[in-house]
Amino acid sequence: MPQNPASSLRESNESEQDYLWTLNFGPQHPATHTTLRIVLKLDGERVVDAIPDIGFLHSGFEKLGEHLNYNQYVTVTDRMNYISPMANNVAWHTAVEKLLGIELTRRCQYIRVIVAELARISDHLLCVGAMGLDVGAFTFFLYAFYQRERIYDIFESLCGARFTNSYTRVGGLMHDMSDVTVGKIREFIREFPRTLSDMERLLNRNRIFQDRTKGIGVLTRDEAINRSCSGPVARASGVTRDLRKDEPYLAYADFDFRVCCATAGDCFARYYVRMAEMRESLSIVVQALENLPAGPVQVGLNERATLPGKQDVYRTIEGTITHFEMVMANRGFEVPCEEVYAANEAANGELGFYLVGDGSDVAYRARCRPPSLINFALFPHLICGHTLSDIVAVLGSLNIIAAELDR
Amino acid sequence: MPVPQRVVDALCGRWAGLAVSEFRGQARVVVPREVLFDVLTSLRNEHGFDMLVDVTCVDYLRYRGAAQRFGLVYLLASTSTNDRITLRVMLDDPDPAVVSAVPIWEGANWLEREVWDMFGIRFEGHPDLRRLLMPEEFAAHPLRKDYPLQGRGERHNFPVLARREA
Repeated sequence: MPQNPASSLRESNESEQDYLWTLNFGPQHPATHTTLRIVLKLDGERVVDAIPDIGFLHSGFEKLGEHLNYNQYVTVTDRMNYISPMANNVAWHTAVEKLLGIELTRRCQYIRVIVAELARISDHLLCVGAMGLDVGAFTFFLYAFYQRERIYDIFESLCGARFTNSYTRVGGLMHDMSDVTVGKIREFIREFPRTLSDMERLLNRNRIFQDRTKGIGVLTRDEAINRSCSGPVARASGVTRDLRKDEPYLAYADFDFRVCCATAGDCFARYYVRMAEMRESLSIVVQALENLPAGPVQVGLNERATLPGKQDVYRTIEGTITHFEMVMANRGFEVPCEEVYAANEAANGELGFYLVGDGSDVAYRARCRPPSLINFALFPHLICGHTLSDIVAVLGSLNIIAAELDR
Repeated sequence: MPVPQRVVDALCGRWAGLAVSEFRGQARVVVPREVLFDVLTSLRNEHGFDMLVDVTCVDYLRYRGAAQRFGLVYLLASTSTNDRITLRVMLDDPDPAVVSAVPIWEGANWLEREVWDMFGIRFEGHPDLRRLLMPEEFAAHPLRKDYPLQGRGERHNFPVLARREA
């Protein structure tokens, strides 16, 4: 029977489509670690197409930002990237202070640098630890999580909360760093390099780990820029962009540290950059802690820019009056009717807030530029052509935090 | 990071109707909707702004003194010179729409989908303009200022499933 070539082509396409498997990955899957869903088209074990479906954890954080005042909203930023909440606190109040035009005290800047870098270490530990766990290195994961607990202990003695810290305030901090906390950080600085070396010895030259991660999910430099990547994901592809160096905020200009980059752009490079960054972060913590300036952590009472410390509120009449004025609606901050964007280098990349002030003490619009969202948008591009078992390696190396992804 | 004056001058010299302002060292350029795509292309190809940092939107419905409703914001950065520039396009009801930036930056894909989801701004020529965060059957655009905080009046939009159907 004569056949129309076009119809036979269509039939072969259809039979090819029949041949493909559709696999639903998530929203509940041990390797997603949080709630996200990917619909996979598989040819045998090979991924032909991946369609991410996100929004399971959407909680309207940006809408809440239009209803909570500048000090209250910091509790919501804790819940965005809950792996490194301190970094989110710092990023949020950097943006608010840029809008209000507040210049922080030196001591406050240094303490913020210390907590932000500890948060970065904690975030990277989770990322590389979970990535190791997903590709089969369980011991590695335990090493990482033991040290994460030490960082939680530091944060607990610093502000009373292990997980949702809310440590920063407009123009300052919840309270100053105590000697107990400084001692705990010193202890961490002493212990951590040894664990880090152990971790490097466990995986850097491990044959299984290298086979699972090298050459998987390759992102080139041009693609990384074109797809708006930042942070370790971009730096692993050779983009030498680090906001701590390029646009020094807080006190980063004072410290000596390197920007860690790789050129391979695969899962192993992303792992390697994160491991190297932890050493640099630790060196920043050491420098900041040893050169910690004396003085107040809040900007002055007279500037009416920050909530006064509790000692002042309870013991002086000026403190009490200032406190009341600050918490009364429309008597607090002087907010310009302006728009401002401020970004920090968070553990996953550029974490920015676009704030619109309308004169009241509540933001008119509080947009968060989430690095996880940008990184997860890469996922279909990275995974196509690789096998099903590579999904966990790629997901692990991107460090997707669904609460930040969906906000 | 202050943006070099020559970039702003070059843009103003080439297109009429741009409004330039500055706040805390950040240059903002308000661009008419018709020339947005050309300005973005020019900034990327001729002025080295190779990275699209963010696309977001502000609903000025209750903002004092605002003439138009939506302000669509493009944040650009240069990975070589570390300059930044902010572009803003003012849009209005009905049918707020602009040309998609996906042909210029692949990274605009999900950012524009989020703006469509949250504000209902259409991006013409976008390859896959579906909702990003809200479910497909959701009818409203929740970050608009006329949408209530607690989302009253939305519950009836969701189907009620019995256990045997689920």
